[in-house]
Amino acid sequence: MDTKPPVKDFATDWDHTDPQWVADPYPIWEELRGRCPVAHTDRYGGGWFPATHAGVSTIAKDTENFTSRTVILGNGRPGDDALPAPIGVAPPITSDPPFHAIARRLLLPAFAPGPINALEPQIRALCQRLLDQLGDHEIVNGGAEYAQYIPPGVIKHMLGFPEDDEDLFREFAHIIVEGVDHPEEQRIEEFAPIEEYFIKQIEDHRENPRDDLTTYLLNVDIAGQKLADEHIFGTMVLTLVAGIDTTWSAIGASLWHLASHPEDLERLVNEPDLMPVAIEEFLRFYAPVTMARLVKHDMEYLGCPMKQDDWILLGFPAANRDPEVFEDADKFIIDRAENRHVAFGLGIHRCAGSNLARLELRVAIEEFIKRYPRFELADPEAVTWAQGQIRGPRNLPIRILD
Amino acid sequence: MRVSIDTEICQGQGRCFSIAPSIFDFDELGNGVVIGDGTLSDETLSLARLAQSNCPEHAIFIEE
Repeated sequence: MDTKPPVKDFATDWDHTDPQWVADPYPIWEELRGRCPVAHTDRYGGGWFPATHAGVSTIAKDTENFTSRTVILGNGRPGDDALPAPIGVAPPITSDPPFHAIARRLLLPAFAPGPINALEPQIRALCQRLLDQLGDHEIVNGGAEYAQYIPPGVIKHMLGFPEDDEDLFREFAHIIVEGVDHPEEQRIEEFAPIEEYFIKQIEDHRENPRDDLTTYLLNVDIAGQKLADEHIFGTMVLTLVAGIDTTWSAIGASLWHLASHPEDLERLVNEPDLMPVAIEEFLRFYAPVTMARLVKHDMEYLGCPMKQDDWILLGFPAANRDPEVFEDADKFIIDRAENRHVAFGLGIHRCAGSNLARLELRVAIEEFIKRYPRFELADPEAVTWAQGQIRGPRNLPIRILD
Repeated sequence: MRVSIDTEICQGQGRCFSIAPSIFDFDELGNGVVIGDGTLSDETLSLARLAQSNCPEHAIFIEE
């Protein structure tokens, strides 16, 4: 990554790992919306970035011309024969129709509001435990000491994995999400321990079934057939990767906002009924997740000469800042009543874990501001944001005020 | 006045039943469903409109 030339023009040479994009992508996207609005790059073997809500929405809903075979943009392109077709590596996120609907249908009941809402007391207790550990320190790290621990704690429990493996989970998530720049052989090597760990867990659950998501996946069937181990493994990887860095980023970004906007913090503390609309505005303004697609065949699309296997970087966070769709799109309005944000994507690949993510985000913020009603950034310059397709603060030193 | 959800368009974004739980519920997959026959009163119309204006998929329809 260090050897890459810096981006001179994001309209013709974009790179989502460029330091300028990582530090503050919003002005870049605003400029692209006015100029392109679909930007191109020759990097990563060729790709396109629609910067408008309309462009993002059109492509997200078009499964005829774009495939989800891989959703994380990298240097290589997995060939069709490298994947257990028609499943894709992490069903249903990497599946296309018609298999997608089958894989999604069997996963959705586990993430529907009923079973997810039942987790609230457990998530609240987890947040309170983490806050107890922070104690009365003057400076706490909202990312590394708080937000980071919430999603793995919840998902570990859902999958029925050993209590002590949280650090391992986070490491796996980082390997998958933040190593997009690594060469293909290194990626394969990095994935080996993840696969080994998950296969061990699957075997353990097969021998000792219990009431959790892993056992559920072992028991469900598609037309009388049990799921292939690759399918189960892929879905586990999905819950781990899609559930950890993403939600952690959303929690961290929301804390970052409150730490740097005392007027919003004060309103939220004084008007707890605002929480549901505030959560949606956090999700709009700081949407952490950008997804990728591959172009299925050569075509002229949205005025662009797209080639088969070109990347599409689907910037849901950019769509959320499009002034064509949102009034005062670049303003954070904590009581924004109308908010059709697309933080969880659009169309058939809408984030399957959105109900869980919202619940974790709400409870994490509620508990944090209940414990610490006044806080600020301890050192704004020290805050670092993750690169890649998941955006959120990693190092987030917060000073607790009396 | 009646509200309905186009089940072909709905993707279970979950906004309607959070904003207007008296009008919308969810099914076992988490997709939105209208409670009863969707008849709206003058009082519930504005709530239904608010849910409509928050649906990212544009799946909610109101007949006035």
